[in-house]
Amino acid sequence: MTITLDKIKKDEQVLIERVMGKEDIKRRFLDLGFIPGEVTKCVLISPFKDPKAYLINNNIIAIRDVDARNIEVLYERD
Amino acid sequence: MKEIKVALIGTPNVGKSSLYNILTNNHVHTGNWAGKTVEFTKGECVRNKTKFIFYDLPGTYSIISKSKEEVVATDFIVQEDFDVAVVVCDATSLEKGITLVLQVQEIVKKVVLCVNLIDEARKKGISINSDLLSNNLGIGVAVTSARDNVGLDLLLEKIENAQEQNYLDINYGILNKYIKMIENNIDYEGNKKWLSLRVLENNKHYRDMFKDNIKLEKNLEEKIREELNNVDISLEIVIKIKKEVKDKLKGVVIRNNNNFNKERKIDKILTSKIWGIPIMLFMLFVLFYITIIGANYPSDILFNFFQSLEDNIINGLNFFHIPAVISDLLVNGVYKTLYWVISVMMPPMLIFFPLFSFLEDLGVLPRIAFNMDKAFSKCNACGKQALTMCMGIGCNAVGVTGARIIDSKRERIIAILTNVFMPCNGKFPTIIAIITMFMVGIKNMYGSLICALILTGFIFLGIVVTFLISYILSKTILKGEASSFTLELPPYRVPKILETIIDSVKNKAIFVLIRAIKVAIFAGFIIWIVANVNIKGLSIMEHLINFLNPIGLILGLDGVMILALILGFPANEIVVPVMLMGYLKTSTLTNFSNLEALKNILVINGWTIKTAICFIILMLFHYPCSTTMLTIKKETGSLYYTLVAFILPLLVGIILCLIINILL
Repeated sequence: MTITLDKIKKDEQVLIERVMGKEDIKRRFLDLGFIPGEVTKCVLISPFKDPKAYLINNNIIAIRDVDARNIEVLYERD
Repeated sequence: MKEIKVALIGTPNVGKSSLYNILTNNHVHTGNWAGKTVEFTKGECVRNKTKFIFYDLPGTYSIISKSKEEVVATDFIVQEDFDVAVVVCDATSLEKGITLVLQVQEIVKKVVLCVNLIDEARKKGISINSDLLSNNLGIGVAVTSARDNVGLDLLLEKIENAQEQNYLDINYGILNKYIKMIENNIDYEGNKKWLSLRVLENNKHYRDMFKDNIKLEKNLEEKIREELNNVDISLEIVIKIKKEVKDKLKGVVIRNNNNFNKERKIDKILTSKIWGIPIMLFMLFVLFYITIIGANYPSDILFNFFQSLEDNIINGLNFFHIPAVISDLLVNGVYKTLYWVISVMMPPMLIFFPLFSFLEDLGVLPRIAFNMDKAFSKCNACGKQALTMCMGIGCNAVGVTGARIIDSKRERIIAILTNVFMPCNGKFPTIIAIITMFMVGIKNMYGSLICALILTGFIFLGIVVTFLISYILSKTILKGEASSFTLELPPYRVPKILETIIDSVKNKAIFVLIRAIKVAIFAGFIIWIVANVNIKGLSIMEHLINFLNPIGLILGLDGVMILALILGFPANEIVVPVMLMGYLKTSTLTNFSNLEALKNILVINGWTIKTAICFIILMLFHYPCSTTMLTIKKETGSLYYTLVAFILPLLVGIILCLIINILL
């Protein structure tokens, strides 16, 4: 089942399926390594629940929910 | 002597500035967050009769970037004349770095890779086969740990021996055909394929830069776009580069264990729902507390020392038959203001800046931005504003320059306009003295502790006002939605204590102090004239005070305080001494190292706790100092925003004072 990145459970690995959104944000995501086929997981949630931080390529990147909605992911166990 | 021009490029936060520092001995301040180097710096070193000239460029994730400071790096690589590009990358996450290497290899013929932070990688159980990597990439590779001075000789050797290579030729699959088509319509002495790719992905920045080189006819481009209608071109390019990166890295990185657990635990506490915010405030409090207790005695000692020299200087000037008026101007005007500023500012700065640098190097600041981002997003502002606020506590001019890390222009201007709500180092000593006299009690045993608490409270007020004004700005003159926000949370790095102290004193404390000294000399001159030139029996100062008095009374203050804040425009440090001159009707600055005596003077002149609160409020919320104003003009490039930056905080201060006067 495909969901967006902001919805994933903490510490569960997911596979990136698609990166959408405006050119600017998409470019930034691709630069940071959010590329279809890569795996990522949510490792930290900030005190007010948003933004969340994700592990990608051994880096931790904080992203706001509204932006994370541009990334479609798949749970690996599916 | 042989000269090699070297461009240092790298993804953010890979220790590039540390590397540059050690290579060139030209200390740039380093910190642990993405985007520290906002303009490039130049430095050199000489080894075996070869002169290396280094250009330290801001960190960038790719050569096709958008943020203001990233463009500096990419434009340099594309346009400037240099011999070798050194790509610095983080041994703990090579993939990100190699992506950049390949992008650079597409436009630069001589490239050297520097795999930095190898010490950290080893601690995490990562080892790297650098020979294999060098073979795969076809370029020299040096493995370094810059801050331990490991591998730098090897790096210089690799730079010196760098061989010219052909531009990297990546297979872009279905795009190849179209790249060729565009290449035939390009007149460019660099890599045509690279420029074709930028045209293909319709990169406006480079299309503008090379508009004379691109001779692509409209209908050909339309035809290409039509055929590629269903292809996401930029994604296609990224995926092909990624594939290339994976090929080049095959067998290079060996991980013994994937151990991130310890850091995760610290992060869990620092960003936890319950403890995240209180811990941040507590850190701020501890920072102030240590600064306050540590700065007390040194300030007195310095003051007495400089004061004891006064007579000698006067005697010296008399010896050279300098007229009395001039020597009075020099000693009672310039010298007094100067040593006042030095004794009040230097001790807190020498304590505050190293402590702050320690937190910075540790990697705490991005976590603060992470914790606070929700509040900023509610104000349609950027979470990185938290970083510029932290810098503002050191010096507002630094905070304003630091706002370049914010991508969106609208959000950057919000951060610039609100930076002054974070009180800078120059305001602390005054605020602390007033808190001690009127709110804590001079003889209170826990004085410093309570004082630090109250000060933290005032900073908290500053934070609240920052949010409020950011919100109002984003609904009025800077209307707009919050733009995208991504922030790297770098690994924690335990700073080298001695280096941190030397570095922060040398680069920040001395810098701010020298600036303050320059201003103080000028201000001392003006103050002496204002206090000593008489018109119709009264000094200019007394005329001004009488004129300003009604305005002061409305705000719960008086003419003297208003004049002090006005004359304090060049530097906030001189507000109290000017105030004392006004009260004592003296023509020179007066010592306030004795708080008891100072309190008496203030009380005689009608000060109550309400006056103290109003004065602190106005001290916190008024126009930025002259240096900050100049910086704002430079950074926004707009007279309008510079004016807003002047009026806005003043307005906030006046409104708050009026409210306090009505309530109390």
